[in-house]
Amino acid sequence: MFYREAGDFSSTYAEDQQTFPIRFDRYRYYVVLFIAIVVVPFIINDYWANSLLVPFLIYAIAAIGLNILVGYCGQVSLGTGGFMAVGAYACYKLMTAMPEVSMFIHVILAGVITAAVGVLFGLPSLRIKGFYLAVATLAAQFFLVWLFNRVPWFYNYSASGQINAPERDTFGILITGPNTEAWATYLFCLIFTIASAVVARNLTRGASGRKWMAIRDMDIAAEIIGVNPLRAKLTAFAVSSFFIGISGALFFAIYLGAVEVGEAFGITKSFLVLFMIIIGGLGSIFGSFAGAAFLVLLPVVLKVVGVDWLGWPTDIVAHLQLVIVGGLIIVFLIAEPHGIAQLWRVAKEKLRLWPFPH
Amino acid sequence: MLDQTVTADGRTIGGVVMEMKNITLRFGGVEAIKNISFDIREGEIRAIIGPNGAGKSSMLNVISGFYIPQEGEVWYKGSRRPPMKPYQVAQQGIARTFQNIALFEGMSVLDNVMTGRLTHMKTGLFAQSLWKGKAEAEEIANREVAEKIIDFLEIQAIRKTPVARLPYGLKKRVELARALAAEPSILLLDEPMAGMNVEEKEDMSRFVLDVNDEFGTTIALIEHDMGVVMDLSDRVVVMDYGKKIGDGTPDEVRNNQDVIDAYLGVAHD
Amino acid sequence: MPEQLAFTIEVFLNGLMAGVLYALVALGFVLIYKASGIFNYAQGVMALFAAMTLVGIQNGQVPFSHLINAIFGTDIHKFGWHVHSFLAIALTVLVMIVLAIAVQRFVFRHLVGQEPIILFMATIGLAFFLEGVADLMWGSELKTLNVCAAEGACLPQGLNLWIDETTFNAFGYGFFIDNLDIVASVVAAILVIGLVMFAQYTKQGRAMRAVADDHQAALSVGVSLNFIWILVWSLAGFVALVAGIMWGAKSGVQFSLSLIALKALPVLMLGGFTSIPGAIVGGLIIGVGEKLFEFLIGAPFLGGATENWFAYMLALLFLVFRPQGLFGEKIIERV
Repeated sequence: MFYREAGDFSSTYAEDQQTFPIRFDRYRYYVVLFIAIVVVPFIINDYWANSLLVPFLIYAIAAIGLNILVGYCGQVSLGTGGFMAVGAYACYKLMTAMPEVSMFIHVILAGVITAAVGVLFGLPSLRIKGFYLAVATLAAQFFLVWLFNRVPWFYNYSASGQINAPERDTFGILITGPNTEAWATYLFCLIFTIASAVVARNLTRGASGRKWMAIRDMDIAAEIIGVNPLRAKLTAFAVSSFFIGISGALFFAIYLGAVEVGEAFGITKSFLVLFMIIIGGLGSIFGSFAGAAFLVLLPVVLKVVGVDWLGWPTDIVAHLQLVIVGGLIIVFLIAEPHGIAQLWRVAKEKLRLWPFPH
Repeated sequence: MLDQTVTADGRTIGGVVMEMKNITLRFGGVEAIKNISFDIREGEIRAIIGPNGAGKSSMLNVISGFYIPQEGEVWYKGSRRPPMKPYQVAQQGIARTFQNIALFEGMSVLDNVMTGRLTHMKTGLFAQSLWKGKAEAEEIANREVAEKIIDFLEIQAIRKTPVARLPYGLKKRVELARALAAEPSILLLDEPMAGMNVEEKEDMSRFVLDVNDEFGTTIALIEHDMGVVMDLSDRVVVMDYGKKIGDGTPDEVRNNQDVIDAYLGVAHD
Repeated sequence: MPEQLAFTIEVFLNGLMAGVLYALVALGFVLIYKASGIFNYAQGVMALFAAMTLVGIQNGQVPFSHLINAIFGTDIHKFGWHVHSFLAIALTVLVMIVLAIAVQRFVFRHLVGQEPIILFMATIGLAFFLEGVADLMWGSELKTLNVCAAEGACLPQGLNLWIDETTFNAFGYGFFIDNLDIVASVVAAILVIGLVMFAQYTKQGRAMRAVADDHQAALSVGVSLNFIWILVWSLAGFVALVAGIMWGAKSGVQFSLSLIALKALPVLMLGGFTSIPGAIVGGLIIGVGEKLFEFLIGAPFLGGATENWFAYMLALLFLVFRPQGLFGEKIIERV
């Protein structure tokens, strides 16, 4: 009744190729954007920003990045944590070296630097495929974490070996450090998240996206119809690492403020982001958001239910979380390999026909 | 060299566009192709036939650059082709279909056909990420070509269907569409009619002839069905055990003693 | 003998011993991969799970006691008995077989025919799941594991005095070699020989190899795939138990055990996923390589702790030049 495409005709290819060809979807998208940009900043408080919204936005960027590599290009990477660390440390070095430059520039530059590192570790992907590559990316993960731990230049020779985000502003508004406002950090992250999603969408619906998907579905056939496999894979690594680097920079500078590399960007982070895209949906931008929201929300909900209501010890809840996440991964891979995004599509399909399903 | 001939049905066949000179291909100790030479002329339908294991598919793989022969030269459009990667061959205007369908199963029919246009799309990554402007214009221009092919092969109705859901016969047609979308100067078809019933074969034959007729595309094809080959092709190469045993018009090949022996068997004494 | 050389040899020998432990975990990977094409990321966690179960049974812990206590407000922890090591091992083997059946029944039966990379990601999920279950069952605190045949006849710990003395008398430098490492090497050797014999000379072994070669062909001559897969997972569980015992006795039973087991992955990349000798040789190369690298280059010049990444980097570089590993079959691509 309320979700219809009838009467919605595309008369040009441009209309047919837009992101939300159905009018209802398009309006819903505008409404969500409006609420996120205009409404939320006025009602947000520190708890909501720090425990849910900011981590959600940041993880969504990382998930979009990893999804480009894994979901679209089919190259499984377990090095996400390491690449996020590159973004974080690049941002830190830039912030301390050039305090007067806007944080926008720093974060984007951190992304660019991470992209370069990503390309470097993506080079073997021409020779190594499948889970061989997945294991090879572990080399990036462990090496990068080790590097930031052991080379004092990266943490400016600080005694603790940690990096701390100094106070920086953009357009006169404080963005990093301990004295920020919730709405400011939220909006700063939101801008990057929206931009990432739009750019990712534009790339995946056009020539690049088709090259990546061709490589994913059948790399030999892709090469024979004219796709340069190394170039396609390396652009995927570059774009993916760019996003992951941005998310790492934000994760350090905006969200945590202080970072110990092994703790914040260890192998568990790699798995967390991988799980987000499996649960959310491989090869779907919306799925990246859904997966990030789900895995950011889950521990919070478990904590509220388990610790606050039932009074269980925190370690039991933490273990239970492992069981639930692991179980969910298996369930999704068995029942719905395309994740929440596919459930959403099926639901929409049903809604379209409702209430007359035949 | 004859430069132009006109066939009985009125098509014009031009000069030699591709020439294979003394090709030998080995896998380890096995010689899959032994010293074979033949040429393909512009606008013709050239068939390669032979019993199983004769080396036909290997020959096609040599043409499309997937295998690099140990000996011999490939001449394309009047110059010798250096050893190159398959994607470079594709960019030179050689497209192909596969014996076991090699479509991109995770994509829609339209996206599959659009992958055939990739060799024509040159917008950079940055312009693509902005979409509006250059990237969108290029996308639409190429979409128009793809839609023309889709119309031509009568697959408009399944445009947005995921390829994985299609039946075998349609998949073959989509694969042909993808190859055609590249607007190739030579189209290679690896058993386009394998596993089809009579009706589907007739459809496919019609499409092959139409493609050749309408776009003037040069076609080289491998096929098992003798009737189809003899009807479709202008000239036929016959291979057996990696050797060329016949080359000529369908009539000449049909009366060639070696070919008859290879197909019907010969008494050894 | 010059001091530096003696040190290097000692590091080399210790690397060999560490390599044996890597190889033990890698063996489990190879077994499952050969028979089912599943790259079982959870093998390390299986070793952790097995070791925790063994300790739990030995000490008479009540499974899930923390969870039960949290839900019902009870305060139970132990049954109050102590189980003999051999019986405990037998019971743990039983648990691993049940686990194998459950994994096959509830996970991989539903994933037959999926792409390898999907299976791989499923095993990552399995690893998290198992780790959570193990922690819930037995608690996540560090445990000490000691396997004893009788009072006073436990797995030996510490330095082997005999080697120390003999080498000191012979070269003027006493080599420090762990007793436990020697035992581990012997056990690993026996295990490998046993597995190879099993695969070569028994009916089930032949069926296993048939399945490894071609699932469908094996099915068509009457081999029960389900049975073989359960068998293989059980064997892998057994290997995991052995690795868990050796490792647990060496450094205690705790989460990091499953991370050390990650090192088995580069071992496999070196040795090839389908080769048992490859797993052994790969394990030894990694073990020796990372110890020597740390000793000669890492610690003096790079600030140490290079063991964290050396194995992966070595495997990465190696793979770029030889994608099929040391003993793997050459990959021929066709269309």
